[in-house]
Amino acid sequence: MTKLLSMNRRHFLQASAAGALTGLAPGLIGSKATAQTALTVGFIYVGPKDDYGYNQAHAEGAAVIKGMPGVTLVEEENVPETVDVQKTMESMINLDGATLLFPTSFGYFDPHMLAMAAKYPDVQFRHCGGLWQEGKHPANTGSYFGYIFQGQYLNGIAAGYATKSKKIGFVAAKPIPQVLQNINAFLLGARSVDPAITCQVIFTGEWSLAVKEAEATNALIDQGADVITCHVDSPKVVVETAAGRGAFVCGYHADQSALAKDKYLTGAEWAWGNVYTNFIKAAQSGGKLGNFVRGGLKDGFVKMSPLGPAVSDEARKKFEATLAEVMAGKFSVFKGPLKDNRGNVVIAADKAYAEDAIDLESMAYLVEGVVGSTS
Amino acid sequence: MEETGIGIWGVPLAIFAGAIRVSTPFIFVSLGETITERSGRINLGLEGTLVFGAMTAYAVAVLTGSPWLGVLAAMATGSVFGVIHGWICKFPKVNDIAIGIAMMQFGLGLAFFLGKPFIQPAAPKLPSIPLGGWSTVPQVQAALNINVLFFLGAALALFLFWAFRNTRIGLILRVVGDSTDAARAMGINPDTVRLLATAAGGSLAAIGGAYLSLYYPGSWNEGISSGQGLMAVALVIFARWNPIGCFLAALLFGGAGALGPALQSIGVTQGYYLFYAAPYLLTLIILIVTSSPTRSLTGAPGALSLTK
Repeated sequence: MTKLLSMNRRHFLQASAAGALTGLAPGLIGSKATAQTALTVGFIYVGPKDDYGYNQAHAEGAAVIKGMPGVTLVEEENVPETVDVQKTMESMINLDGATLLFPTSFGYFDPHMLAMAAKYPDVQFRHCGGLWQEGKHPANTGSYFGYIFQGQYLNGIAAGYATKSKKIGFVAAKPIPQVLQNINAFLLGARSVDPAITCQVIFTGEWSLAVKEAEATNALIDQGADVITCHVDSPKVVVETAAGRGAFVCGYHADQSALAKDKYLTGAEWAWGNVYTNFIKAAQSGGKLGNFVRGGLKDGFVKMSPLGPAVSDEARKKFEATLAEVMAGKFSVFKGPLKDNRGNVVIAADKAYAEDAIDLESMAYLVEGVVGSTS
Repeated sequence: MEETGIGIWGVPLAIFAGAIRVSTPFIFVSLGETITERSGRINLGLEGTLVFGAMTAYAVAVLTGSPWLGVLAAMATGSVFGVIHGWICKFPKVNDIAIGIAMMQFGLGLAFFLGKPFIQPAAPKLPSIPLGGWSTVPQVQAALNINVLFFLGAALALFLFWAFRNTRIGLILRVVGDSTDAARAMGINPDTVRLLATAAGGSLAAIGGAYLSLYYPGSWNEGISSGQGLMAVALVIFARWNPIGCFLAALLFGGAGALGPALQSIGVTQGYYLFYAAPYLLTLIILIVTSSPTRSLTGAPGALSLTK
């Protein structure tokens, strides 16, 4: 109740301030009316903006839209996936006047963003991930995500040429569909080079556990894996540990080449700048913001790190040829016949999924050649 | 890279290597807490001190290029945190556990605030001693790359064990810890002793933090500690306030923590969440086995608010 009262008082203050302005400075109001494209955009991150990972990728995207005319950017980092994020959203809406919010972390969606979306129907919310469903969630919310597994497939090609032990390793956080897609794509890419390659996966169980990620990387290398990639929030620890042990590294989320130097083969990176630019353009022109926005390499949602010095000419040729096919929209990462690592056929021989196939978003298996289990 | 898999031998090797790699922060924090608790006070804020120490060490190492200066700076800030705790706790009716929790939050918040510019730069790492030269197996060589701080921690555990029994300072510490009144009767100022003991504890805990950020995993970010500072406080009780016990318990924890990733790496992949619970399960089992229906907490300092 006190919260409600304070809100009303704040609205009252805003209204009276606006009233005072109308009376005192009509010129100012006029100039405001001509600048119709003025838009305040809020970004919320679960970790630090410079984590060499998930949050850095989003913050780099936010930095791109910062330079657009009329855009005011407000950001807050290290916001836990608790009621704290609701407070952050309220303060961005009420104090900063944000009308478009990007709560970027997976756990912000339900119930936090949904609660705020119901309370502020005039504010637009777009969440990074795949959780928005037509009819189930309000129209002023939506989700956007990229087919980054295409990048992991290309990582796999570079890894397939680089591995001598024919064993590659993957440090994964949790067995959710996006992570499983990445693991499977990484192995399939490597197997397109040599079908004898296997991929060992270790799940740490959490998005950010520095010591466990280092232990997992060491355990993979102890078992002979000589190319390592990962899907955790901040790949810094995995990349540094693997490169320190002499293994090759494929990056994820952002460019980690500075951490692994010549051990860095390539990496699957987000290109959120393009995605955010499209959202802002739509919002400024009064157009409709998409509710379910998806894209891959060819749509500019995902990009690859420049190939490292350890990548051979042969590998570069195959990498670039595959990349060209993907960019032309003619390539399927997941196509039959494909078995999971328990021997069940998961994709029939005559079937090939385009990257936007909805079936892929519920992937719950590890393909043949991946050593690991989803539970 | 000519390494090939070593199969099932990876598990005992990983437990051994993990015990050494992961245990060092536990060793320093629990030894520090032992000194503090032996003086009759609990400092629950060591998690905050650990993270602040990790940040300070990393920042100073980045700025000066010397990891050892980083460790010294961390020790200095750790003892400041200890002094603040000890100074506040000397006022009447102040609860040391509540102050500890407040200091923990303070340390975490301050470390995140000041540590912001140091997430990206790379700091020079603490040196390790390669003891695996005799082996031709690269995995064994990697496992035997042991950090200097681990040996310092082991030596410190032995020294404290000896010093608690055989030195004047050790005796004063134990008297203050066992009975405030007896200490006063002997002309010792318990508050001063506890202040110094908490400062020493804080500076040791900060070394644990320096190990995390400057050696393993060797990076500063806000998620660097996964509760090592809090677990180490529990380890002290588990080890019955015995420094050598702390050292062994820390090894046990490190080794048990390496079990989960090692088993997954050899293909035992079902139920990894359960393996990850191994250190905690082990603690429960040992506490139950060593519990006694007749005595409570043998070895506990009498003046500790835990036992009051």
